Amino acid sequence: MRGVRHYPGFLALTLVCLTVLYAPLLVVTAYSFNGSTSITQWGGFSWRWYADVFTGPESARFGLAARNSLTIAVLAATAATLIATAASLAMVRGGRFRGRTASFALINLPLMVPEIVTAVASLIFFTMVGLRTGYGTILIAHITFCIPFAYLPISARLEGIEPFFEEAARDLYASRFRAFTQVLLPLMAPGVISGWLLAFIISLDDFIITNFVKGAGMETLPTAIFGSVKQGIKPNIMAISTLMLAASAAVVTLSWLINRRGQRSP
Amino acid sequence: MAGAPGAGGGPKDAGWGPLALPLMLPTWAVIGIFLALPVLLMAVYSFLTREFRGGVEWQFSLAAYDQFFVTRGLFGDEPPSLEWTYILIFWRSLWQAALATGLCLLIGFPTAWFIATRSPRSRTVWLFLVTIPYWVNLLIRTVSLKFLIRDNGPLNEFLMGIGLTSGPLPLVNTNLAVQLGLFYSYLPFMVLPIYAAVERYNFALSEAAADLYAGRWRILWEITLPVVRPGIVAGCLLVFIPSLGAFLAPDLLGGAKNFMIGSLIDEQFKGSQGNWPFGAAVSVILMTLVMLALLIYARAQGRGRA
Repeated sequence: MRGVRHYPGFLALTLVCLTVLYAPLLVVTAYSFNGSTSITQWGGFSWRWYADVFTGPESARFGLAARNSLTIAVLAATAATLIATAASLAMVRGGRFRGRTASFALINLPLMVPEIVTAVASLIFFTMVGLRTGYGTILIAHITFCIPFAYLPISARLEGIEPFFEEAARDLYASRFRAFTQVLLPLMAPGVISGWLLAFIISLDDFIITNFVKGAGMETLPTAIFGSVKQGIKPNIMAISTLMLAASAAVVTLSWLINRRGQRSP
Repeated sequence: MAGAPGAGGGPKDAGWGPLALPLMLPTWAVIGIFLALPVLLMAVYSFLTREFRGGVEWQFSLAAYDQFFVTRGLFGDEPPSLEWTYILIFWRSLWQAALATGLCLLIGFPTAWFIATRSPRSRTVWLFLVTIPYWVNLLIRTVSLKFLIRDNGPLNEFLMGIGLTSGPLPLVNTNLAVQLGLFYSYLPFMVLPIYAAVERYNFALSEAAADLYAGRWRILWEITLPVVRPGIVAGCLLVFIPSLGAFLAPDLLGGAKNFMIGSLIDEQFKGSQGNWPFGAAVSVILMTLVMLALLIYARAQGRGRA
């Protein structure tokens, strides 16, 4: 009996949902190929705004911002993944150790505190301890809020791995270290990679916290775009947006494919 | 023997027990020092005296909370009465966040349901389509929405083109735009947890009810909804909390009149006009509201299990 699964109108509302989600993105993508300098008139298909992004008058500013964004995202994702992998091993494999409940709450704290509150608290903290706001403070803040995002896929993956793989290796006289690096870690790899990719995107995505702790003169891509959009949406912003959109879609697809391959093996 | 089953904790303990504490140490250190401690410091800060160059003096003061809740007239010589300005900003933010949550539920629930009832193959494709916008930069999504709905933007051209409106609808810089922005920003947050709940739902329950001649909407309301409620509550929370403290949607789509909590806090930390203790106090009040929402959630989850 299939009747209880189908409700009239649910397909229509699903299409409404997808239209709402995609319409703005598709429109901006289309207009990023607009040959005209005006954002309202259609002047034929052209790559000129993409050329402008890389060689135009603002290319130096955005190039520097993009480099900051990328290096911060790579460093923050790597640090957060290392920390989250250790935490997953403790939480999933460590049995009922003291402070387990508190640890769980702490890992998820960055998800529960509203972003603007994290931003304010970080700014106050950095000012109070006398750290100069800039690249370093952005990196510290990003590592902190990336931890739970890296933790989720890593711990989910680890929960699906039965302990007898490591136990077998240990019974065959592998050291604990070798049992970890040669048996458990390869099995965890899909989760670890997904965790890194998610942390990477989350770091690249952040605006509010970065805007508070970046200090004067330091820009990441979102803060540079925000500053530029305040004066109106220009065509080169649409080209940058489309490039970032494509990058996000590529990373999500990659993460999805890795996870799917991971699910097929044990 | 390495990791005798059952020794030292759960059945999955493969000798990791003694390492648990050192493995947790980096997490405690990073999140403890760079988030938990700063939040506590922020609470302390809200009780300090404002310094006029944008900063703080280490002297206890209730001025920030006084500014939030109490007014003494324009010249400060009238008897104290309740200050409404900030309470109204909170009230408007709460109301807009609640409305955004309702709208997301209205569209998100049928979407999640529809996806969860597809065949496993097409399910992954639909799910993938909903997931992509979830990971696209929020700033870029908000800017895109502004581009779409601006006065002489594509949406208005389309509406005038099909003759629905004669002139452009002034959407940008209105409450409606902020509402639309919040709805658009956090819609995927509603779909994903509800999808997870419906996917696990055992449809034999619905079929049993149908065999007993219950109508389809009655089955949805009385049988299915109570079972998938944890997913719905989780989705609502994931939309409500970021909406309440949202900064980008009100700032980019709303203009000066459509102030929300996020902009109020942001303004206190900009330049010499700022008031750090007051900004900290507003953050503490926002944080308290969020913790209350989480507490209600935890209690609802607890009751659902009992």
